[in-house]
Amino acid sequence: MNEYLKIEHICKTFGTGESRSEVLRDISLDVARGEYLAIIGHSGCGKSTLLNIVAGLTAASSGYVFLDGREVHAPGPDRAVVFQNHSLLPWLTVYDNVRLAVDKVFGGRKTAAERHEWTLRNLELTHMTHAMKKRPGEISGGMKQRVGIARALAMSPKVLLLDEPFGALDALTRAHLQEEVMKIHAELGNTVLMITHDVDEAVLLSDRIVMMTNGPAAQIGEIHTVRLPRPRNRLELLADPHYIAARAAVLEFLHRKSRYVEAA
Amino acid sequence: MTAAKRRAAPPWLRVLKERAAHAAGVVLPPVLMLGLLGVAWQVLCSSPDSALPTPTRVLADTHELITQPFYDNGGIDKGLFWHLLASLKRVALGYLLAAGAGVALGVLVGSSKWAMRALDPLFQVLRTIPPLAWLPLSLAAFRDGQPSAIFVIFITAIWPIVINTAVGVRNIPQDYRNVARVLRLNGGEFFTTIMLPAAAPYIFTGLRIGIGLSWLAIVAAEMLIGGVGIGFFIWDAWNSSLISDIILALAYVGIVGFFLDRLVAFAGKLIGRGTVSV
Repeated sequence: MNEYLKIEHICKTFGTGESRSEVLRDISLDVARGEYLAIIGHSGCGKSTLLNIVAGLTAASSGYVFLDGREVHAPGPDRAVVFQNHSLLPWLTVYDNVRLAVDKVFGGRKTAAERHEWTLRNLELTHMTHAMKKRPGEISGGMKQRVGIARALAMSPKVLLLDEPFGALDALTRAHLQEEVMKIHAELGNTVLMITHDVDEAVLLSDRIVMMTNGPAAQIGEIHTVRLPRPRNRLELLADPHYIAARAAVLEFLHRKSRYVEAA
Repeated sequence: MTAAKRRAAPPWLRVLKERAAHAAGVVLPPVLMLGLLGVAWQVLCSSPDSALPTPTRVLADTHELITQPFYDNGGIDKGLFWHLLASLKRVALGYLLAAGAGVALGVLVGSSKWAMRALDPLFQVLRTIPPLAWLPLSLAAFRDGQPSAIFVIFITAIWPIVINTAVGVRNIPQDYRNVARVLRLNGGEFFTTIMLPAAAPYIFTGLRIGIGLSWLAIVAAEMLIGGVGIGFFIWDAWNSSLISDIILALAYVGIVGFFLDRLVAFAGKLIGRGTVSV
């Protein structure tokens, strides 16, 4: 397999002495170029920590992350993050939020006109051109997340990191945005690492689903390959045996093999 | 039906009426209150052996000062406009220095744990020193009234600015810091695109407290250093037993202080780009 993003033996412990807690234990994972990978697990299992380690926002206690053959230590625009709470800067307009990223990443390589074009292109991709003069406070939660995605895409990242991107949205908006992300993925062929706790979302969007065991010391439990052709249609899939099997496999893992520690 | 139609006012008139009612609701209460207090004052100070003048008496005594704010007979014999201007100049200079130094220090204390540990206890002690207590020391250091007054303004206004800026910088949400890290913003870019706007509401709270304290301190400082200025005008009026002049000057001091506060609030609204609520 063409390993584009390589996660090797990642361990993470927080604190020292009495308050020491092991969050991740020996996580290794290979992601191919253009692959859409979902990481699913119960709340608090450390999946966001894993994403932050790949992003470089959190340092791993041991282990390595390689992207396109190079080890990564620090955050950078080649691993653009779409944060769960969008993290747009409220004092900048929608356009300026995306433009800030474009200016920073392409400042030396593109002219101002090209950067303007590129900003608009990414806003079009997420259908946010109509609100580009508005501030984040003036648009809905779903729109904010679209802008967050536009900002991440605008960095032309090697891998797109989505941290429960639709978790805070209502079901209809979420479904709508999932469609958008599928379209964008089909068009641009991005490599995507997505954290989610939504089984349907994981099955619908991804090529492989990584299921994590419960913390403390979470590990990779199972990896399920979703053998569904693209483009995928939410409604048609409902009766698809592969879809049902994939859903069942993930649910089975989450509810039987990896029950809540408290509930056990 | 027709009668009802005829009685219904045209829409513009209704809007006008609503606006008028709203304006009356905002303007009338303070005006009525002012009138009531004026009457009470008039009654209380009407007796012949009253130590303070009645409002009508004040108006009669200060008629010339009110109508001729721009006269200038040299020395300190000037109209109230010149006195207020002299005070405002001192405040402007001392306050701008305090704003610059205060925001810079606040950013330092807010972003560095060690600067915070080293400086915060010092600031907490220094900020409790009353403004006028600094005056003798600054007179000794500068040997001149003008820079001493400016220093007193500076040292009075700087603490709330430092402390609020530091709190604002410390409270920048981690999300914004993460965005900055992913984008690899350098120090200068982080300062202008993230830190200043994110901390703006706190900074402007500090700046507003600072301008209020400056205006409080200048009057007291000028009483001691003398020269042209509204503070010394009040002191001079007291020495000449011109109680009505004092009352007029106090009214002016209050009004100017109010507008200074509004001015900083307005600047915050303008610069804070919607993040500063007034």
